[in-house]
Amino acid sequence: MLYGLDFDITHTLGTSVLLLSFALLYQRRLSGVLEAFALQAILVAAAAAWQAWTQDAPHLYITAGITLGFKAILIPLALGHIVRKLGIHRTIETVLGVNLTLLAGVALVALSILLVFPITFASGNVARENLTLALSVILLGLLMMITRRNAVTQVVGFMSLENGLVLAAVGVKGMPLVVEGSVAFSVLIAFIIFGMFFFRIRERFDTLDLQYLESFRGDRQVDRP
Amino acid sequence: MSDLNAVYLLLAIPLTAAVILVALPWHRASSLLNVAASLATLGVAVSLLRERPAAGSLVFIDDLNITLVVLTSLVGFTTSWFSATYIAHEVEIGRLTRTSLRFYHAMYQFLTFAMILALCANNIGVMWVAIEASTLTTVVMVSIYRTRESIEAAWKYFILGSVGIAMALFGTILIYLAGQSVIGAGTEALAWTELHARAGSFDANILNLAFVFLLVGYGTKVGLAPLHAWLPDAHAEGPTPISAVLSGLLLNVALYAVLRFKMILAGNAGAIAPGPLMLTMGLSSLLLAGVMLYRRRDIKRFFGYSSIEHMGIIAFAFGVGGPLANFAGLLHMALHSLTKSGIFFAVGHIAQVKGTQKIADIGGLTKTHPLLGWGFVLSVAAIAGLPPMGLFLSEFLVVTSAMARQPWLAVPVVVGLLVAFGALALRLQQLAFGEPRGASAPIQASLVPLYLHLVPVLVAGLWLPAPLVAWFRNVASLLGS
Repeated sequence: MLYGLDFDITHTLGTSVLLLSFALLYQRRLSGVLEAFALQAILVAAAAAWQAWTQDAPHLYITAGITLGFKAILIPLALGHIVRKLGIHRTIETVLGVNLTLLAGVALVALSILLVFPITFASGNVARENLTLALSVILLGLLMMITRRNAVTQVVGFMSLENGLVLAAVGVKGMPLVVEGSVAFSVLIAFIIFGMFFFRIRERFDTLDLQYLESFRGDRQVDRP
Repeated sequence: MSDLNAVYLLLAIPLTAAVILVALPWHRASSLLNVAASLATLGVAVSLLRERPAAGSLVFIDDLNITLVVLTSLVGFTTSWFSATYIAHEVEIGRLTRTSLRFYHAMYQFLTFAMILALCANNIGVMWVAIEASTLTTVVMVSIYRTRESIEAAWKYFILGSVGIAMALFGTILIYLAGQSVIGAGTEALAWTELHARAGSFDANILNLAFVFLLVGYGTKVGLAPLHAWLPDAHAEGPTPISAVLSGLLLNVALYAVLRFKMILAGNAGAIAPGPLMLTMGLSSLLLAGVMLYRRRDIKRFFGYSSIEHMGIIAFAFGVGGPLANFAGLLHMALHSLTKSGIFFAVGHIAQVKGTQKIADIGGLTKTHPLLGWGFVLSVAAIAGLPPMGLFLSEFLVVTSAMARQPWLAVPVVVGLLVAFGALALRLQQLAFGEPRGASAPIQASLVPLYLHLVPVLVAGLWLPAPLVAWFRNVASLLGS
């Protein structure tokens, strides 16, 4: 159990990550999305480092370092490069209006509080809070993937979802490195593959808009009358 | 330590082969090496049946996973054989370039490695990594033709698969949270052997929440409704050997993960019964896929939906639980793997001969290509569950075990089976009989793998050897209610 200032810092870092998940939802421009994502990754890295300090678990510094290096710096830069290079539309089309999306987000946070809070009494206040916040971040990441048509924002939504997983993993005491390492690792591979996809899609299409892509689906015309 | 060598050897063979294959520029040589490595893997897997190493901290072998390891390496071997002739034709017609071929063979072995690692891992974190690796590998394989459709299929598979895998990781973290308070922090709290042994004292509420995430997460990879959308596209647009491996093996591996977690819940008195959740997902997959089968126009997509249907039946069987239903589920899992990969072998040859995957453009196969046509007819009859075939026996057992537990549950299953049967019979009639349609070039490919799969399926329907029955019964009792 943590009390006093230590807990307050954990609390602040965790909730700031969640706040940025909301910030991701109301961006109207791609550059804004990338900036908000980078900021969220920095905060996740800080949360991981803070857990490394309070739990006296030095291996979490590695997690923090990986998150900072890859997610906060490398990936936003690379995605920005792709956006410029491919001349993707800078504004974002949404499926749901911003207000409705934010309302849905609030509902999802309430849901995760209702799910996680009652059952984790015995697990310590840090794990309890971090798990709740992590689940909220995960669900908001999913929401972002669903409500944004653009491929780049879907990728960012997925990585923000993985930020939530890192937050969950560092909050649970003594979680072995296997999992954190694999999360970072998977993001790396995922990114490479995403990159390949972008270039392949670029070879065949003029836009990364997935709605446009979907209309080419194999036997849709025959299948859906 | 020395007694663990066999499992590490089992993992080392495909991994080494993958590394060599990346560097090997000649496609004939790499096809051969691919087959040889798969055969060696099968040999080691079979040897593990007799001499079983003690459980280690990273890998372990028990009755449940060795069954699936042998099945995986067997189908892996026959598929590599089929793949050798299939790929030779694809190179001839220029659908695949040399670079992508090198990639293809290396990826094939890496996929085998990832699946065997997922099955043998004694650590839920390592298993998660292995399943993620298998997802990424197959995503690349599906997109290998680089057509619009294949890229879209791969993209959809990737997005849905990643979301599923992320959910599964959250569930894994929750399981660790439950385990850590009893077992103590560290890798032990992620080990299957520890988790199973001490499942009774875990916090039931955390287990419940974890299982929901794990079922949804790994269930996406099993292809259970409502998260099945990636499956038909991925099956239709990738190379056919990959469709065979996807349907025959990868779905089983993901289901294996769900079954293991189900065993943890079954070992805890306070936790919810996981059966009804699996049963509902299985039943809805069966019914949905059965109806969807009627509207398919693409032959590979058609059998993709059939895989959803069968995974639904299997999930349903394990959801019903108890020795008989588990036995039926295991039997169905094994027979479905053999039959469905056999069907994809036949479909691969058909698509190459006819130069199309559209059902409307294919017809009269038994007249133009008797050996291939009748092999195809027999496999489809098997997958439809006609009496002399093994799948009839397993489906019959699923229905009767459901009847024994909850009589009214058997009704929707029978309805689903009949609906799917109708679609299969209808399409089979179009494809195999009547006036020949489409090109009738002779096939150069080997039909041995197809018939090799048909023999055990047919034999299982007529006579199950007593040791096999005893073995499956033992595994079924391990799985619990």
